[in-house]
Amino acid sequence: MESIFFLVVAAVAVISSILVVTCKNPINSALSLVMTFFCLATFYVMLDAPFMAATQVIVYAGAIMVLIIFVIMLLNVRVETVKRGTHAVIAGSAIGLFVLFQTIWFLMKGSMTGKVGEMTKEQIVSVGHVELIGKALFTDFLLPFEVTSVLLLAAIVGAVILAKKKI
Amino acid sequence: MDTLILGLPVAYYIAMVAKVLVAFVFVLLTVAYATYAERKIIGHMQVRLGPMRTGWHGLLQPIADGVKLFFKEEIVPSQASKFAFLIAPLVALIPAFISFAVIPFGDTITIGGYTVPLQIAAYYDQAGKQVFDINVGVLYILAMASLGVYGIVLAGWASNSKYSLLGGLRSAAQMISYELAAGLAIISVFMLSESLSLHKIVADQAGGAWYAFKQPLAFVIFFICSLAEINRTPFDLPEAETELVSGFCTEYSSMKYAMFFMAEYANMITVCAVTTTLFLGGWHGPAFLPGWFWFIAKVYFLIFVCMWVRATYPRYRYDQLMRLGWKVFLPLTLVNVMATGLWVMFISK
Repeated sequence: MESIFFLVVAAVAVISSILVVTCKNPINSALSLVMTFFCLATFYVMLDAPFMAATQVIVYAGAIMVLIIFVIMLLNVRVETVKRGTHAVIAGSAIGLFVLFQTIWFLMKGSMTGKVGEMTKEQIVSVGHVELIGKALFTDFLLPFEVTSVLLLAAIVGAVILAKKKI
Repeated sequence: MDTLILGLPVAYYIAMVAKVLVAFVFVLLTVAYATYAERKIIGHMQVRLGPMRTGWHGLLQPIADGVKLFFKEEIVPSQASKFAFLIAPLVALIPAFISFAVIPFGDTITIGGYTVPLQIAAYYDQAGKQVFDINVGVLYILAMASLGVYGIVLAGWASNSKYSLLGGLRSAAQMISYELAAGLAIISVFMLSESLSLHKIVADQAGGAWYAFKQPLAFVIFFICSLAEINRTPFDLPEAETELVSGFCTEYSSMKYAMFFMAEYANMITVCAVTTTLFLGGWHGPAFLPGWFWFIAKVYFLIFVCMWVRATYPRYRYDQLMRLGWKVFLPLTLVNVMATGLWVMFISK
């Protein structure tokens, strides 16, 4: 049952991510990207990570893509104006295929294969996914968390200074 | 009874299908009659009668409206972006309905020895006597609310008309601004409940300990922000009739227009149901009537408040709207979150 569902969602994910790069209309590309994010969220749910799924939809589909669509609408790019270089297509697909094979190789043969981490499914169900992430974030990974927040603050201040001529 | 399909009893599937059907049909009927109630209530508030001719006191008006819209000619503008134009009404309508999957509209009921929780995405552990629901329910609602903007933005862009585009842009900016304050208002609720599961949030409010009393500021701000997010008056700038000739849905006709209309009312019901769940104690109420009755009564009262607000306040100007969102609500909710944090940290423990 679950594997059939996975295959359906995976097919949708692959088709929509192909559409992202092949669509002539930038808005349709953006919509396909939203669809891909949705499929990713579904995978997170199937991997017992509901918090990741919700965050994926809120942050990527709900905020970032809306801003991208906003920009496309304001610039009014109706049809694709950039010419596609054939060299770029060949080089891009070569790199893509290389990374894909590398990933598959390391997943099959590498040292990560078959390893089980600390978190089990039972733990996530009994304690709760949000609680586990929160605890790890504010104890074990406090320094990276603080560094990220300082970086984001700097970015916000920078954006305000760029946008406003007179402060 | 004891036959298992994929590890779950048959009763589970029957209960699930029944819950989905009942909730869906009920919301659809409420959508239809909310349009009637709105016209009637605003009519009486403005010393008019509202619809009177179709049926007794105009009770058949929603059916007449539906039939009329159904038989209207479907017009697609020649310069429109066909695909986006087609799916925009659906994108607006679906998130409004699927939010109901996580809203608990009652406690458990027992039919023939099998206990069913009155919440679609939940199951009852018959042995452990406990309800399990999706443990990120609040975030799920926020996620679905943030998707609602796509319908309007797409409709505005795909119509290829300046009024529609302006409506779509306004709505995108408005929804992103107010989502923040609404989200922060909810955070102070789940700081108190210490859970993101809606069933537990409602269970915590038993005995009149509603979060509306503990978090009055968050309650008011959440409700106002929700009105702004679903484009209700006084924040209905995306469709402002007087300046944008209905904004994002100018070019829509027939059933596609009806879908936007349904989405608007379905969103209103969703927002009222979420507010009831988070702040007004969900299904809790005096025990002489069942829980679902209290839930529906509270939701209907909030819907009435929405209509009351519409009849009372004039529309906001765009800069006033942005100032209210960013300079008033956002700082207030941040202070509220800080205060709640300090209270939880130092006083309640």
